[in-house]
Amino acid sequence: MDAARSEHREVNRRGRLKIFLGASPGVGKTYAMLEEAAVRKRAGVDVVVALVETHGRAETANLLASLEQLARSEIDYRGQKLHEMDIDAILARKPELALIDEFAHTNAPGSRHTKRWQDVMEVLDAGIDVTTTLNIQHIESLNDVVARITGVRVQETIPDEALNKADEIELIDLPPEELINRLREGKIYIPGQAGRALENFFTKGNLTALRELAMRTAAGRVDAEMLSWMKTNAVQGPWPTQERLLVCINEAPVAKALVRTGKRMAERAKIPWLVATVVTPRHEALGVDARALTTDAMRLAGTLGAETSTLHAESNAANELLNFARSRNVTRIVVGRPRSHGDWWQWLLGFFREPFSNRVMDGATDFEVTVVTPNASRERRKIDRSTNATPVAWRSSGLVALESAFAAAITTAMAWPFWSILPVASIAIFYLVSVLIVAFRHGIYGALIASLAGFLAYNFFFTTPYYSFQVEQHESIVALIVFVVSAIFTGSLASRLKAQVESMRASQRRTETLYDFARKIAAATKPDDVLWAGAYHIAATLECSSLILMPDPTGALEQVQGHPAIDELDPRAESAARWAFDNNVPAGAGTATLPMSDWLFVPLSTARAPLGVIGVKFRDTARTLDPETRRLLLAVEDQVAVAIERMRFGDQLADSRVTAESDRLRAALLNSISHDLRTPLVSVIGATSALADDNDLSASDRQELIMTAHDEARRLDRYVQNLLDMTRLGHGVLKPKNTAVDLREIIGRVRADLSRTLSDHAVVVSISRDLPLLDVDPVLIGQALANLLENAAKYAPKDTIISIHAIKQGNKAIVKVDDEGPGIPRDEREKVFDMFHRVSKGDAQPAGTGLGLAIVRGLIDAHGGTVNVGEPSGGNGTSIIMTLPLITSSVDLEDVR
Amino acid sequence: MTATANLPARILVIEDELPIRRFLRIVLSSGGFDVVEADRGRLGIELAATNAPDAVVLDLGLPDMDGKAVISAIREWSRVPILVLSVRNSEAEKIAALDLGADDFVTKPFATGELLARLRALLRNRLDRTAEPVEINAGGLQVNFAKRGISVDGLEVKLTRKEFDVLALLARHVGRLVSHRQLLSAVWGPAHLNDTHYLRIAVGHIRDKIGDDAADPKFILTEPGVGYRLSENG
Repeated sequence: MDAARSEHREVNRRGRLKIFLGASPGVGKTYAMLEEAAVRKRAGVDVVVALVETHGRAETANLLASLEQLARSEIDYRGQKLHEMDIDAILARKPELALIDEFAHTNAPGSRHTKRWQDVMEVLDAGIDVTTTLNIQHIESLNDVVARITGVRVQETIPDEALNKADEIELIDLPPEELINRLREGKIYIPGQAGRALENFFTKGNLTALRELAMRTAAGRVDAEMLSWMKTNAVQGPWPTQERLLVCINEAPVAKALVRTGKRMAERAKIPWLVATVVTPRHEALGVDARALTTDAMRLAGTLGAETSTLHAESNAANELLNFARSRNVTRIVVGRPRSHGDWWQWLLGFFREPFSNRVMDGATDFEVTVVTPNASRERRKIDRSTNATPVAWRSSGLVALESAFAAAITTAMAWPFWSILPVASIAIFYLVSVLIVAFRHGIYGALIASLAGFLAYNFFFTTPYYSFQVEQHESIVALIVFVVSAIFTGSLASRLKAQVESMRASQRRTETLYDFARKIAAATKPDDVLWAGAYHIAATLECSSLILMPDPTGALEQVQGHPAIDELDPRAESAARWAFDNNVPAGAGTATLPMSDWLFVPLSTARAPLGVIGVKFRDTARTLDPETRRLLLAVEDQVAVAIERMRFGDQLADSRVTAESDRLRAALLNSISHDLRTPLVSVIGATSALADDNDLSASDRQELIMTAHDEARRLDRYVQNLLDMTRLGHGVLKPKNTAVDLREIIGRVRADLSRTLSDHAVVVSISRDLPLLDVDPVLIGQALANLLENAAKYAPKDTIISIHAIKQGNKAIVKVDDEGPGIPRDEREKVFDMFHRVSKGDAQPAGTGLGLAIVRGLIDAHGGTVNVGEPSGGNGTSIIMTLPLITSSVDLEDVR
Repeated sequence: MTATANLPARILVIEDELPIRRFLRIVLSSGGFDVVEADRGRLGIELAATNAPDAVVLDLGLPDMDGKAVISAIREWSRVPILVLSVRNSEAEKIAALDLGADDFVTKPFATGELLARLRALLRNRLDRTAEPVEINAGGLQVNFAKRGISVDGLEVKLTRKEFDVLALLARHVGRLVSHRQLLSAVWGPAHLNDTHYLRIAVGHIRDKIGDDAADPKFILTEPGVGYRLSENG
């Protein structure tokens, strides 16, 4: 019965998602969900509980007992057994409705997806309806708000996009007082670890605020549903114009908070929103950690439903951003407030560079600009910790100090001979040079350390009192100040120059490899070449290992290219590749699906069909998240897919040409059979029926009728023989059985067979005495010669000469058959060897099959010989020239005698 | 064994196609033969044993068994001449049939004159089985077995030993097909069964000496890929 019902369902239908939304734990979402499921089950719906936590509540457990439950899968994580929802069991069971509790749950490491909401999406994709439960604080865009209200930041969040997928949201409401009562009665489950924090959570103020938030969210959904209903039903109304909100972020720690703020603003205004970041040379010079901040924020923006763009600018980031904003019809711009605190050198730099937000505001005369100061201290602390923890930074700053000291020492040694000649102030110039060099190599930090070292050395060696760090003369103090300021200034300039040069170099490298790649792909004629170029290019540009997997005939993914090629993928990577291929979505490292894999797989697919997957593995795992990296990967993926698609189209085109050609041949064959097979039969039947009636026919008439029937029957036989030969040639059945054979013997046999046909012509054979034996199949070459002689007899006028001429040329025999017929026009000389081709002469032409010469060519090709129409020796007529192989082994004549 | 020169020769026709059988009956009867018909291989073998035919005309494509199997069955007890009807371009089948003991073949479709000539050549030995002729004259070519002498239109021709052996074998079977294997085995010995080029060169020399043009032969006819035949009337 289940099977019968599921057959009713459409295969491609996506399941309906219903979310029971609550303001906080304990409002009764799970209970409501189970109650509804029980009702639906009574109504005949095939309901299965995929995963529901009772948290030890008896009333919930009672309800649960009446429903079918699926077993959970066991995941072994570091020796610990974790139980998770068994998604494959649901897909295999294929119920109509699956109950999956706690939408925002984070799966155990090593599960297929990191988050349960992704499991739910897969279940929905399989056409199964899902009901689930969710608390308001788990919604990503409300994360900040909830944290502000309650002081607790929830780590498990779901992207708003997942919430938007819900077909129905039911708000489970419980007044705060009642909820607090339930808590006191111990009816609310609180996970052990978070117990203390959650107790502070359940205050009346918090609960009221959360309740309001939940109601607003549910109500917002109602608004949105109403709106889409009005739109789909073409209701006239004041639709908001296509405004857009643009959030600008940079490597500042507040980036993520800015994104969340932007999302709320856009949602309130019900307008689409974009998030952009501008990459400048300065930005590229930043460390991986700082860039990861932007990357993370961009990813967050993506999950919150924003359209993200990474812009590039040489120097004027604000300008680039505003141009982008104008091109995208943006009306509102959100920027973060510049940091008022920070390192002292940054404050110093402020003199030379106006804050980004100010520059945006200066140029944004046609935009509404909002400068926000998001509260991001909590996040920053987290990030600062991770930034400082990198030992690389310490090592490199040690290196810079060492180099600065070294530079100061060298400069001192070089300046020493001059100190008596030059004024003291000029000596400072030497140190300025050393500062510049260090600055260029190590950026602004280097400039500062180098100028400190230079200042100390200069003070120690060249200002009075000598060999002390004391400063006496005012003149020297001024010199020192000037020195420090100009060192910082030039150092900053030099470091920026360095950053620019490096960024240019990087972009040049990218351009070069991209160009190289495009060139290779354009030149490639085989899909293999394209795949190789793709794998190589990805590996070279992104500094990673790359792989391309494609399905083999059985459907299993196999490695078609690897750079470097690897022996075997580990099972994790393999399942990530499989998932990426099956779902046409990236999977593996850095994605939400199977992130435990070392490899990141992106699908390689065209609009028509998935072709395979591209896998990359970075030595530096942070790289997978970088949007720039992803974009390059996608660009290559796109080009490879398009190139392969192009080749497949090409193949198909060639195939269809072949099909058209064989269609033409089939038509010609049918035509030939209906005409050439029937004509002789008409004569045979006519002649024999006349003979059967025998109405006083004269003896000569009888003889003529008999001969007609006989000749026509012979013709029919030849035609059938031709068709048979052609078929055998076409199927490669005609394998020549070569033997040493005298051409004269073949000719003799053919002439004997064709004695009647050739009776009206004189056949002259001249074969040079030194012609060795041929290495051919005598029967097949006899057939070819017979066809040529028949043709000659058919087209050449009576009493003319048909000559056969053969000589030895190299290790080949040249055999010529000449007649004195009408000949073949020059432009037809190659076409006559095509099947069913006849030199058009209207109806007057002697009957032929159009197969004779095609068979000749087929037979001679099978011997490795050639046949062509040559220049007739007598100026007119037809001359067919064949080359045939000769035997190579010499024969011991003594044995013969 | 019972047949004598006075009685008409009895021909067993083993052929499943009724129209061909009917036309063979008319042709053979009017050619002076006594005809026995079989439409199946098994019946054919039976009739060959019970009717003692002087020659068998056998179609290789039979519905109940392979024609070649019929040849082997008959050859187990009888030396009766067997003429095989075969289709064109099936040299391998012809050779296999000859190796199993068939004596000659006619390619379908065939002219009745050709069929009758072949049958007569096969039956000739029946008439003078006892006496091996001393000399044979085939359209001007005289072969004297006793003297090992050859002459064409009265003019003597000198042949080497092997050339004479080849021509003598053809002459003994005048009008009948002699396969490459028969010739090679008899003249060069069983070790040279596949050295057909010896044969071709020898035949080439014979033709040169007796003034026969391979491209338009008068005496020695070629059956491509199968063997040679000495023309009865040149």
